Amino acid sequence: MQVERIVRDEHKVLLSDGQELAYETLVIATGSRARPFLEDCAVENVYTLRTLRDAEAIRAAAETTEGPVVIVGGGYVGLELAATFRTHFQRMVHVVEAAPRLLMRAASPALSALVAARHQEAGTVVHAGRCVTGLEQVDGAVSGVVMQDGEVLPAGLVIKGVGILPNQELAVMAGLDCQDGILVDQYCRTSDSSIFAIGDCCRFPEAFSGRLVRLECVQNAHDQARTVASVISGKAQPYTAVPWFWSDQLGMKLQTAGRWEDGMTCAVRDESEKGKMSFFHFSYSGQLCAVETVNHPALHILSRRMILSGVFPEISQVENVDFDLKRLLA
Amino acid sequence: MQLAIQENIRGIEAECGGACACATCHVYIDDAYLHLLTPPAQDEEEMLEGVAAERRDGSRLACQVIVSDALDGMVVEVPDRQF
Ligand SMILES: Cc1cc2nc3c(=O)[nH]c(=O)nc-3n(C[C@H](O)[C@H](O)[C@H](O)COP(=O)(O)OP(=O)(O)OC[C@H]3O[C@@H](n4cnc5c(N)ncnc54)[C@H](O)[C@@H]3O)c2cc1C
Ligand code: FES
Repeated sequence: MQVERIVRDEHKVLLSDGQELAYETLVIATGSRARPFLEDCAVENVYTLRTLRDAEAIRAAAETTEGPVVIVGGGYVGLELAATFRTHFQRMVHVVEAAPRLLMRAASPALSALVAARHQEAGTVVHAGRCVTGLEQVDGAVSGVVMQDGEVLPAGLVIKGVGILPNQELAVMAGLDCQDGILVDQYCRTSDSSIFAIGDCCRFPEAFSGRLVRLECVQNAHDQARTVASVISGKAQPYTAVPWFWSDQLGMKLQTAGRWEDGMTCAVRDESEKGKMSFFHFSYSGQLCAVETVNHPALHILSRRMILSGVFPEISQVENVDFDLKRLLA
Repeated sequence: MQLAIQENIRGIEAECGGACACATCHVYIDDAYLHLLTPPAQDEEEMLEGVAAERRDGSRLACQVIVSDALDGMVVEVPDRQF
C-alpha cells in the first residue's frame, strides 16, 4: 500500500487503494531511492542494491555471469560489494569513482586511503577520478563500461552504486519546504507543525554546527524517530544525537562516530601491530568532531561518549597509544 | 537476536541488525547455560564495554549468540535499557 497524496487542509492522506486516513500528527519516513543513472541503457546484468530482493538478484547474477564485475561508485555500498565479489566469488573487480578518492562524502582522506589500499591488496582495480558515461552490450547483456575518456572496461556484471535521492515527492506535492530533503527543525518538524519527517528523506539542522545536513544511516533514522516520539508524547527533546555508522569489508570493521568534514585536523592513533587504526578529527577550534576506527569497537564506543560529553583528548594523547583514553571520561 | 526482533521483544533494539556494531542487543544469559556458548570474540568483547545497562558476568550481545538445541530451556534476561 502506498500513500499517494497528503491533503494538509483536511488532515488526511490518500492511499493507493482509494482509502483515506485521517491524521492528527503525520510522520514522513519515506527513505530514499537509488539515484537514476544510465537509465537509458536497458541491458541485462546491471543492478542497484537497495532491497533484499536486489541482494538476491545480485547473488544470483554472481553465479550466472562471467567476466569482470564493474562497480560504479566508490561509496560504502559499492565497496562492501567489491569486497564480497573479490573474496567470496573470486571475481575480477573494478571500482570506478568519479570523485578523486573513494568514500569522498563519508570518510576522511586518511581512512579512504587506507580502505583503497586494502581493496587494491585484495586485487580490486580502483579507478578514482574517472567517470562512467555509458554501457556496451552484446545480445542485450552488458559487455563493457564506457569511460569518459573513451576507454571501455570489459564487464560481465555491473553494479550502480552512485548514491541516493531522498523520497520527498509527497512533501513537495503537499507544499512543504524541501531542499534535497524535506526541511525540518531540531524537533524533526516540517514547515507544517503537524507533519514530521525523519530518516533518509529529511534535511535537518545539525545540533553542533547549525548547518543543514541530510544523513543516510540507521542511527539517524532511529534517533530521529525517538525525537518525534518525544514531541508527540509531550516531552519534547531536540535531536542532538552523535551520528555513528559501521561497515564491514575485507575483514575490517570500520566505525565512524560523529561527522567528518573537509578542513578538520586529523590525529592518528596507530595500533597497526594489533590490526587497529584510528583517526581523530578536530575542528578549527579544537573540538573533537569525528573519530574513525578500524577494528576497534571499544574505542568507537568511547569516542561516541567523548563527542557527546565534550571531553576531548589532546592530539598528543591520541597519538600516544600508551595513553589510556578511557581515563578522560573516568 | 533475530528471534527477538521477529517476535518484537521489547528491550532488544538491535539497531545494527546483527553486525556487532551497536551493542543495543545486550542480554543477560542464565548462569547455568553460559558455559554452553562459544565465548565472545574480540569485537563482541570490546562492544560489551559499551553497553548502556550494567555489565554482568552473563552479559552477551544477542546477535553473536547462535541458538542451538543444547540451549533448550535457557533463560535470557533483558536489561533495563539499551541506549
Ligand atoms: C545496501 C545498503 C546498505 C546499507 N548499509 C548501512 C550500514 O551499514 N549502516 C547504516 O547506518 N546505514 C546503512 N544503510 C542506510 C540505511 O539503510 C538507511 O539510512 C535507513 O534505512 C534509513 O531509514 P528510513 O526509515 O529513513 O528509510 P527506509 O529504511 O528506506 O524506509 C522507507 C520506507 O518507506 C517506504 N515508502 C516510501 N514511499 C512510500 C509511500 N509513498 N507510501 C508508503 N510507503 C512508502 C519505502 O518502501 C521504505 O520501506 C544502507 C543502505 C543500503 C541500501
Ligand atoms: S544487533 Fe547490533 S550489536 Fe547486536
